[in-house]
Amino acid sequence: MQITSPTFKQNSAGALADAQLQKALGNVRSGFIDKRRKAVEALPEFEALREQARAIKDHALENLDLYLEAYEAKVKASGGHVHWAETAEDARNIILDICRSAGALTVTKGKSMITEEIALNDFLAENGIRPVETDLGEYIIQLRGEHPSHIIAPAVHLNKEQVEADFRRVHDHLPPGRDLSEPETLLNEARKVLRSAYFEADVGITGANFLVAETGTSIIVTNEGNGDLTQILPKVHVVVASLEKIVPTLEDAAQILRVLARSATGQEMSVYTTLSTGPRRPGDPDGPEEYHVVLLDNGRSAMLGTEFQDMLRCIRCGACMNHCPVYHAVGGHAYGWVYPGPMGAVLTPSLIGVDKAGHLPNASTFCGRCESVCPMKIPLPKMMRHWREREFERGLNPATQRAGLKLWAFLAKRPALYRFATSIAIPMLSLLDRGKGRFGYLPLAGGWTKHRDLPAPERRTFMQQLGSRNTAAKEAAR
Amino acid sequence: MSSRDAILNKVRQSLGQPVSDAVRQKAVAGRLKKAPQGVIPARGQLALADRVELFCDMAEKLFATVQRIPKYDQVPAAVAEYLRGKNLPASIRMGGDPRLAAMPWRKQRALEVKQGASDGDDAAGVSHAAGGIAETGTLVLLSGAGNPTTINFLPEHHIVVIDAADIDGDLETAIAKVRETFGKGKMPRTLNLISGPSRSGDIEQKLILGAHGPRALHILVVGG
Repeated sequence: MQITSPTFKQNSAGALADAQLQKALGNVRSGFIDKRRKAVEALPEFEALREQARAIKDHALENLDLYLEAYEAKVKASGGHVHWAETAEDARNIILDICRSAGALTVTKGKSMITEEIALNDFLAENGIRPVETDLGEYIIQLRGEHPSHIIAPAVHLNKEQVEADFRRVHDHLPPGRDLSEPETLLNEARKVLRSAYFEADVGITGANFLVAETGTSIIVTNEGNGDLTQILPKVHVVVASLEKIVPTLEDAAQILRVLARSATGQEMSVYTTLSTGPRRPGDPDGPEEYHVVLLDNGRSAMLGTEFQDMLRCIRCGACMNHCPVYHAVGGHAYGWVYPGPMGAVLTPSLIGVDKAGHLPNASTFCGRCESVCPMKIPLPKMMRHWREREFERGLNPATQRAGLKLWAFLAKRPALYRFATSIAIPMLSLLDRGKGRFGYLPLAGGWTKHRDLPAPERRTFMQQLGSRNTAAKEAAR
Repeated sequence: MSSRDAILNKVRQSLGQPVSDAVRQKAVAGRLKKAPQGVIPARGQLALADRVELFCDMAEKLFATVQRIPKYDQVPAAVAEYLRGKNLPASIRMGGDPRLAAMPWRKQRALEVKQGASDGDDAAGVSHAAGGIAETGTLVLLSGAGNPTTINFLPEHHIVVIDAADIDGDLETAIAKVRETFGKGKMPRTLNLISGPSRSGDIEQKLILGAHGPRALHILVVGG
């Protein structure tokens, strides 16, 4: 997909002016937060489970090479195939080869962010294979030629009237007078249309929430059942997963599963948690005849051992974006690539470069809600600061900003000079506001005052006020 | 160098190996062998009767329907009654699971029992669960010769029979039983953990039952 992260500022301005989008984003603010809170409150062990989940992933990452080898051996032992892909291009080609060997014309897909990352759909289509997204949200955005705006609710940026218009446009074999006014009727129509796709497909492609080293098992969680129909009906099942999905044992997966659904949708468990190990066994009445796993690196191995290693604990629940005031304001598409919200602000620069994605870690109020709700306790704000530092080190931010920061740093390192400078500047500024207590315009701060007022400072600096308080307190004590 | 070796080498280089390979290998082998348990929620740690109660309550909260019946012999009649109550054709799809096969289906003369995997045209399918998890009202279904996975997803109505004695308190106990059945490090091809009927919230975050999987999940709890 085309990367538009470099124009994040313009994307955001467009998003803020988009009335349809703003209406739809209200569903994020009203829905996810309450549901998560209730689920967390209903489980006294939630905090302890978060600690466990973090420790499990840290251990798995520190021994990732060994667990990957153990996992591969188990997949092979169960009759499956493991393919290693260093880059997105490698992964695409591996998947295309598997599809061609199967003589595939149609491929069904379970919801998978990793296949978004490698831009699989366009590639398959260019090569004459029809990819059909089967998750309702993914199906809707595929019809629109869009990409997910949220990692677990891909069509959260849309309203039902938009979906109705798309269904009428694309499902033109159905009676034009049919009722599509409610989400129920829309879902029923998608269910019927997709039923035939499941049976037509020669290959089913899913992602994985976990890969279990102990047994060579891939795990997916869904609510719709689409991932299951995608993987049990075609003759070939392909799992596409990045390296860090590895967990050591089934018990470890169980621990993280307890925090995953609760953090994501506020469910105690997703409706379907499916553990798949190898292809159809002798005597099995159904299931795929071939089982392939494509293990994707695409930049993850380079994150290990750096200050961004913690990001590899991410289990893609979406809690960070559900609680993010920036995401609430601009939605997911403004972030300009696959991963939006706070997790995207940290991961995207790692995967496509801070030169392209430098705006994202800057698009933060540093309120810290993302870290406080992250089930894997990923220090997202800290890592956004790391990216800002790298951006500064590499001279990627504008010259005026760099000059301003340098001036501020010069003063901040010299407290006496800082106090002197502010003791002159603050009273002067406070005189300039003409008694309004705020500025509608201020030279050098036009970027701020263009959209909102800047509060005028108090008459005296913090240090001056503190000094006179201390003096007053001493006199009172005397 | 193969992609496999290139990736593994990069991982090793990045990790920098602060501890020796021998120490890491021992830790990894130990964890894989012992599969240590983590935090088990107290919620499901109950005696059998209370566990079964909790299982039923949790499943109903997830919009499954639950019916308790004393004996296996009564399952076919309960299935026929469910179909009548929902105005469904007297026909089910069912695998050859020995526990299901031993039930008196012939006594339900009007009931058609189709064997094998679902072809997508079945209104109702019947499965036997390997276990249940009280903690979350979750069913454990294992694939195998007598248990087609398609029955769990294609029919509009999924009827699942479970022996009350197979209901455990937590997910870890259910996992331990699978390990006991299949052997350490081995698994059935598909293990489905099912918590309620299928649903979607993808349009305006409004929850709707009956997405791509069953619209209704009916659980028959036998005994207990």
